[in-house]
Amino acid sequence: MTVTIKRAPKARFNWGKIATYVIVILVSLTMLAPFVWMLSASLKLNRDVFAFPIEWIPSEPRWRNYVDIWSKIPLGLFVYNTAKLTVIVTVLQLLTSSFAAYAFAKLRFPYRNALFLAYIATIAMPWQVYMVPQFLMMREFGLNNTHLALICLQAFTAFGVFLMRQFYMSIPDELCEAARIDGMSEYGIWRRIMLPLSMPALSTLTIFTFVNTWNDFLGPLIYLTRTELKTIQIGIRMFISQYSAEYGLIMAASVVALIPVLIVFLALQRFFVEGIASTGLKG
Amino acid sequence: MAAISLRKLRKTFGELTVVHDIDLEIADKEFIILVGPSGCGKSTTLRMIAGLEDVSSGDLIIGDLIVNDVAAKDRDIAMVFQNYALYPHMTVYKNMAFGLELRRAPRDEVDRKVREAAEILDITYLLNRKPKALSGGQRQRVALGRAMVRSPEVFLLDEPLSNLDAKLRATMRAEITKLHRSLNATFIYVTHDQVEAMTMADRIVVMQDGHIQQVAKPQDLYDNPVNLFVASFIGAPQMNFYPVTIRETDAGFAVDFGGTLLPLPPRLTPENLAPYEGQEVTLGLRPEAFFERMTSEHDPDMFAQLDGVVDYAEPMGPEIHLNFAVQGHSTTARLSPRFAARPGDTVTLHVDMSMAHLFDPKSERSLMAGPAA
Repeated sequence: MTVTIKRAPKARFNWGKIATYVIVILVSLTMLAPFVWMLSASLKLNRDVFAFPIEWIPSEPRWRNYVDIWSKIPLGLFVYNTAKLTVIVTVLQLLTSSFAAYAFAKLRFPYRNALFLAYIATIAMPWQVYMVPQFLMMREFGLNNTHLALICLQAFTAFGVFLMRQFYMSIPDELCEAARIDGMSEYGIWRRIMLPLSMPALSTLTIFTFVNTWNDFLGPLIYLTRTELKTIQIGIRMFISQYSAEYGLIMAASVVALIPVLIVFLALQRFFVEGIASTGLKG
Repeated sequence: MAAISLRKLRKTFGELTVVHDIDLEIADKEFIILVGPSGCGKSTTLRMIAGLEDVSSGDLIIGDLIVNDVAAKDRDIAMVFQNYALYPHMTVYKNMAFGLELRRAPRDEVDRKVREAAEILDITYLLNRKPKALSGGQRQRVALGRAMVRSPEVFLLDEPLSNLDAKLRATMRAEITKLHRSLNATFIYVTHDQVEAMTMADRIVVMQDGHIQQVAKPQDLYDNPVNLFVASFIGAPQMNFYPVTIRETDAGFAVDFGGTLLPLPPRLTPENLAPYEGQEVTLGLRPEAFFERMTSEHDPDMFAQLDGVVDYAEPMGPEIHLNFAVQGHSTTARLSPRFAARPGDTVTLHVDMSMAHLFDPKSERSLMAGPAA
């Protein structure tokens, strides 16, 4: 018997795939639209901002907005305040999270898992629930209207510990054991073995913390009322006065506020994507 | 001096006891292998010696010191892990030097020792690479090198070859044996592979369920297993077992296997056998106790014939492993490759009963070993 060999047919025009692409493109456009609108509004006069139909590319771009924002309010100081808070909080969070995570992932002590569960359970509690009592407490400590208040509150996060711990779990215990036999202390293992190996997780946490702290509105709004302490996110509100709002300037300042976040994200996104993909997955 | 004593050593995890009060004396510079199926407590025992697990009770003595409460780094031991546990972000050189540097050894001494070890293990050309860029065998060498540079009194090896392919494993077995001779240190080696145990050890410790079953030189262990577990664990293909009855005949004691009387070797004395007369015991025959024919070298008094139906044959090259059923009992025989048999054939094989083992079916102990202590 002879066998005729046929070629399996090529995949035909795939309508399902096209539909998927169309949907994905539409969703992306919806996501991008407000951002593009902000860019365009930042180059307009206040009265043109809400003109309808939307003029996406202003016929006379008003670049002056980007000059005026620095003189009308102390934007430079706000940027400095925000940068200071963000850098300090991010560094502290990386330190405290990875340190606690090492203990939760690699050390054996009584009630370790119960403690860990209790700690990450606090993630489920929305901040809005306890921010008022927390504020009263901080005021008792005399920390109202200080940057220290925000630094103290944000230097520790259950989320960071969770993220780092999941990553450390994927690093084999034998590495720690080999290091112990080699003669290293637990602090040494954390610093010389775990930290260098957890760059993806540290990058992920850096992005999360940096973006969150930089963009934080509610925290500074509650704790910082003096102008010279304000961060950029609440500083921008100074463009809103009792009877009017300078929308063009607000948008220009918002664009400026966005730049550092973009830089950090782009610099670390390679690790970030890796980190998200590998968190808790590598067995 | 690094003799090691385990005295009533016990390890419990909560309610679960994984090592039951084991006693073991390991001589200085001995190569001792702990072997057993997974979960038998061999790795836990090794980790207790290493100081990676606390001792629940009993004493662990290295040299003349009870080290129960001595930290791993102060025990003068080095350990090689199953998955190598090389520091991924350091070069091979740095991996090997790390332990010495932590002990603040002078830089030129560190360099000399690392290069010496690399020379012995033939990995000098890899010193600047990271572990990622090494093959499994190379990583294993680096792990050995990392242990060597510290010149410890005791080497602990936890299944170091189980991630290597079969051929490389054979090479590394020979190298580790050589290394043991040249390093002049005590080696404690854990494996589940009885071939590794047989080929490398001075003495083998067979463990099961947290108990030591037998401690003996490899050949002794093979020739005189003290119980059914050791008999079946050591040797591949494994020993064949049959239920038989002890009978006293005019010619002395024999076993009755489904009506066929089989002679017993003189090493099974009447004192061993008399208490079991008329009772059922377990007969153990290794695959090499079966022959296609008797030759002049064989003692005809010790031979008997058994018929069986062939199930399948596995050609191994220099021999075949013939699987057949004797009175319904699955049996493996090691025969010459020219032995032709097809599935379903009935074959008659000669059995050398001088190689027979008998076990008490209840206590599972060898009849020669006497009653349990």
